[in-house]
Amino acid sequence: MSKNLVVRFAGEGGQGVVGGSEILAAAAAAVGYHVLTFSTFPSQIKGGPAWGQARISTDEILSSGDELDVLVALNQYAYDHNVEELSPKGVVVYNSEEFELSDDRAIGLPADQMARDSGNPRAANMVVIGAVAQLAGFPLKYLEEFVTIRFTRGRPGDQQIIEGNIAALHLGAEAAATTGLSLEGLDDPVPSPDERILIKGFEAAALGAIAAGLDSFIGYPISPATTMLTYMEANLHGADKFVGQSSSEIESIAALVGAGFSGKKVMTSTAGPGLSLMGEGLGLAWMAEIPLVVVDVQRGGPATGLPTKTEQSDLITAINPGHGDMSVPIIAPGSIEEAFWGTIEAVNWAERYQGPVIVLSEASIAERQQDIVMPDLSLVQVESRVVSDGSTGNERYVGDSVAPFPVPGGPGAYVANGSEHDEQGDTTHLPEVHVHQTDRRFKKLELLANGTFEAEQTGASVAILPWGGSKGSARAAYLELTAAGEDLAWYYTMFINPLPTALLEELRQKELVLVPELNYLGQFSQILRSKGVNAYSITQYTGLPFKVEDLKHRLAAEIRARVGKLAAV
Amino acid sequence: MSKRNPVYDFKWCPGCGDFGVKRSIEAALVERSVTRSESVEQSVIVAGIGCSGNLVHLQEGPQPFGLHGIHGRTLPIAYGLKSSRPDLNVLIVSGDGDFLSIGAEHIGPQAKRNLDVTAVIMDNGVYGLTKGQASPTTELEVVTSTTPYGKLDDPISPLEFYLAAGVGWLASSMSTQVKALQDLITEAMAHPGFSIVHVQSPCTTYNDTYAALKGNEKEGIEPIAFPIPEDHDPTDLDAAYRLARGGRIPIGRLYQRPNSIPSHERLRLARERTGATQKSVDELLSAMAI
Repeated sequence: MSKNLVVRFAGEGGQGVVGGSEILAAAAAAVGYHVLTFSTFPSQIKGGPAWGQARISTDEILSSGDELDVLVALNQYAYDHNVEELSPKGVVVYNSEEFELSDDRAIGLPADQMARDSGNPRAANMVVIGAVAQLAGFPLKYLEEFVTIRFTRGRPGDQQIIEGNIAALHLGAEAAATTGLSLEGLDDPVPSPDERILIKGFEAAALGAIAAGLDSFIGYPISPATTMLTYMEANLHGADKFVGQSSSEIESIAALVGAGFSGKKVMTSTAGPGLSLMGEGLGLAWMAEIPLVVVDVQRGGPATGLPTKTEQSDLITAINPGHGDMSVPIIAPGSIEEAFWGTIEAVNWAERYQGPVIVLSEASIAERQQDIVMPDLSLVQVESRVVSDGSTGNERYVGDSVAPFPVPGGPGAYVANGSEHDEQGDTTHLPEVHVHQTDRRFKKLELLANGTFEAEQTGASVAILPWGGSKGSARAAYLELTAAGEDLAWYYTMFINPLPTALLEELRQKELVLVPELNYLGQFSQILRSKGVNAYSITQYTGLPFKVEDLKHRLAAEIRARVGKLAAV
Repeated sequence: MSKRNPVYDFKWCPGCGDFGVKRSIEAALVERSVTRSESVEQSVIVAGIGCSGNLVHLQEGPQPFGLHGIHGRTLPIAYGLKSSRPDLNVLIVSGDGDFLSIGAEHIGPQAKRNLDVTAVIMDNGVYGLTKGQASPTTELEVVTSTTPYGKLDDPISPLEFYLAAGVGWLASSMSTQVKALQDLITEAMAHPGFSIVHVQSPCTTYNDTYAALKGNEKEGIEPIAFPIPEDHDPTDLDAAYRLARGGRIPIGRLYQRPNSIPSHERLRLARERTGATQKSVDELLSAMAI
């Protein structure tokens, strides 16, 4: 018996490969398994190589899985380009109407014909899922239950669709049973005592923002960040709430400045190209001290790059997205839970220090679907900016750190100004004023430098410090290395800028800090080195997340090369 | 602002048209405050970059809030501001460079949304603050520091451009007519939807058009500005286009869209129509329960 099942549905965009993996994951979650999905697809409505992967496990899941137990190949290309990731014991299920395979680990199904036979011509996915369930010893009754719930939508054709889908599941299972192939059976699920939800990363971030009291969301469609805009359009309806589709990211960020100035809690979502366009507007928010939050769902490369792939290459841009001296606070969630709690904290940070905050998400976090324990909403702490009572007259930019915020309509009229300005916001270029106000703006960051962080085996001289979406794979690699006897420290925080002061102090004591990150430049380690930490990156820029086994070996090799010791691996 | 700043380093040139616009805006904001019994702090001036935008720092009398942003983005700033706080009165001050060159892309979207804000555009036909480069409204063949052979690009016709973009309330005015301009701004702010008051506001240093606008009988200069005839029907879009296309500058109200429903009202009505209501975070999370 096995603890894990990794299934990849590979084919063309528009064939439902992502949907297939999500249905399998949802059905498994419904009966008590832990699940995590990952998908990758081209930037087109239909066509192009795409795949969706579901990992099903009896344990908590850290990564989407290195090796495939089942590869579902809907065409020859999908087989050719994915089969090398098949585990030695794995099985291929392929669409025999598309191509033929002479592979004794392969089951050919005429899935489209079988779907027509089932009475539901659109149930080809269900035929395949039935076959996968048979191979993995996953009881069909779980899937039947799931299909019944999913397609009971109060429409006249519901019953027919449900029956067709169930018939398709059985046809697939019977076909697989006749081949005699099977996988190691999956252990029975251990149902969790906690209430659990099945949620995607973008939903968690959006709900975090709403929990933090978000008032206005203004965004422009861009992969892979559009889902957050559409989620807000579908779910933020209150009489005093506003959601709008802007005409560009330049409009989005300027509109957020106006909305944040009005006293509201405001947010947008975007990806790299949009972040570039927002540079000047973020500078305005920094300069005029306007609270707002930008969620940057990172994708690959500069310019249009890899619009639907995952990468962690916007970090340096995010910290200083425009010209001039600024340092934008960054929170980078490394899991679905952190997408929820981190986004709450981002809204709080913006309110606390009165300025822009960036949530640095990435495609693999935003699109990931995972089962998590239902967040305990009684733990949500909401902060709101200190509002001016007018006691400082028209003076807004006073003192040496954050100052009360005058809300339009109330007392304390001033000019929120993107030019250098005096206390009441009037433009001045005097050297002493620029020095004083620049110092004030940076001083406010000290209010954010007390973030929490994870720290284990802190006595070790070599540390691993992943960030963002590389956390899961890095954690799995770290656990394997330490289980093999290595003395390694683990550090992790989602509070990337400013880094928690106490964490930075600890990192500076280390002989070596290794940073797994998905970019070419080694962006986080560059920043850490500039702060006196002896940090080096393990980089990858394939548009895909780290595989645990690869990462483990690369970490070991890097430690050997740099400090010349490491026994077990 | 209220407390004059002795080290404030911005000044308009003597004779600048923007002085007249400033007086009209001050008077219109006070008038609104009195007639509606609301404080001037209920108004926000969103200022662009250029000589015109600096008006926000020079306001005298009761002080509105101000937001002096970045070049070309007055309209998107106003979009977020007004959409989030429909209770506020939002007034934009900008010029032909800020509004019609770098910021031109934002006019169409606000017109189509029918965002309930008023833009007062000070057109001096030149980039004044950066010392005299050609702007979109600089006339053909005019020599400036960026047009040494005379301007080669056709000037745009702002009034036609606004009408084509779908602006629902449009007036054209001159900075010298302070009371008439005040009245137009008052009317524009009262219009429920997007309104533009386009003002000829000459630059005495780089593009002095006072004589051309008003004419000079002694020197035989015919005025290019003319009052809009009293029998003009402001709800007649074709008539407004004819005025805008006449080759001269009409002064007065050109167009007023009938039955104007502003963006925030469209949203409220749509929510009412569809019955959209806010679910709590707990309800939204619970809907994902396994």
